[in-house]
Amino acid sequence: MKMNDWKPNIVVFACNWCTYQGADLAGSLRYQYPATINIVRVPCSGRIEPEFIVTALKNGADGVFVGGCHPGDCHYKEGNHKAIRRFNLLKRILTGLGLEPERVRLEWISGSEGKRFAEAMAEFDKTIREIGPNPVGRDAHA
Amino acid sequence: MPEKLKLAYFLSGGCGGCDMAVVDLSETLVEVLPLLEVVFWAPTVADVKYRDLEAMPDKSIDVGLYSGMVRLSEQEHIAKVLRQKCKVLVAYGACAALGGIPGMGNLHSKEEIFQTAYFDTYSTDNPDGVTPQTRCVVDGKYELTLPEFYGFVRPLNQVVDVDYYLGGCPPHHSFVGQAVLAILEGKLPPPGSWITGGKAVCDVCTRNPAEKGEERELIKAVKRTIDGSPEEGKCLLQEGYLCLGAVTQGDCGALCPKVNIPCRGCGGPLPGVKDFGLRAVSAIAASLEKEELVEQIESPVKLFYRYALPAATLGKKVK
Repeated sequence: MKMNDWKPNIVVFACNWCTYQGADLAGSLRYQYPATINIVRVPCSGRIEPEFIVTALKNGADGVFVGGCHPGDCHYKEGNHKAIRRFNLLKRILTGLGLEPERVRLEWISGSEGKRFAEAMAEFDKTIREIGPNPVGRDAHA
Repeated sequence: MPEKLKLAYFLSGGCGGCDMAVVDLSETLVEVLPLLEVVFWAPTVADVKYRDLEAMPDKSIDVGLYSGMVRLSEQEHIAKVLRQKCKVLVAYGACAALGGIPGMGNLHSKEEIFQTAYFDTYSTDNPDGVTPQTRCVVDGKYELTLPEFYGFVRPLNQVVDVDYYLGGCPPHHSFVGQAVLAILEGKLPPPGSWITGGKAVCDVCTRNPAEKGEERELIKAVKRTIDGSPEEGKCLLQEGYLCLGAVTQGDCGALCPKVNIPCRGCGGPLPGVKDFGLRAVSAIAASLEKEELVEQIESPVKLFYRYALPAATLGKKVK
């Protein structure tokens, strides 16, 4: 595969109550965002085990985005509190293992923020294009 | 008397602590020994050469215990030979099962390791800059060889198929006794599983707040073992000493927490967990009271992957 043909492969874990609704709204309002993202709906950002993110990276994802409800808005009260702690610690682990920390991102996007969802996807896609292909996933592509 | 069970034991990249755990069986060993025939135990106990092992018929050994990780070509070779000769091959101890302490070497390249070991350490005197070579000729005629030092550490199951795993650094001798008896009696779980009671260290720890009917509190401050001393009988994790007992097999009987040392996970992951470090991240991070505490954890990779890096999803440093 030639470098200039490369398109990022981005996995988005979206919480059912906020970010997924935000994605839905982005669609209803006809906001455009890059086609490189693949959304996985999960019940809560607190459901995201670090294993999910690392498995995605191992199997060829170039970037992983986790979207949850704003602090205080979690449908399960404290799922997003757990999510951010796990996420920040995982980010330090990934940095220690030589991966660019920018490959993973966590943001709070509510159900009313369809525009923000589309923007966040465009920003993340741009970041991943700048960093380039995931060195771990490259083996999986070969 | 029934036919003796043929046993092979190989100390690979480990430190020999696992051998000691077998010797520590003491009375149990005395009881069990008449039932065993040790056909190979290198390099510590029996004087059997590699070529003797290679000459044995395939599947002629009942149980092979492999302790230590695979770093050298020699270790890889013996792992393959043992797999051929043994009916049941056990990854015995944290190194063979997960990569162990030497597995943290996967955070460094071979060149970095050689640089430290043969040049930079204070006690090294190496004016000619000699590093290990796989072959060299002495006096123009004697060819000497050394095994190749691979770029990274592997647990046994990345080299050959493994029937059973036994955690611990080293496995606690009472637990080794149970495992040996289970092997002798043929009471083994399905191949590919860990030999374990299946309980977490917390389950067998007397400091566990649940044991006293207390509610578990969140961690308010992150402490290292050098910071102060833990309160008698109180949960180490709750006090801020990052103890990994919640995600570690407790076949050790919570030995370390008993003496104020937080669990570091040598027992291996609980059944169903593939990546020990990531599950530990999940468990510890979720028990932190404040977000900022995450930044206070010192060298998290080496804390959470102390024994399990080579067996992890990302088993080595990317670049």
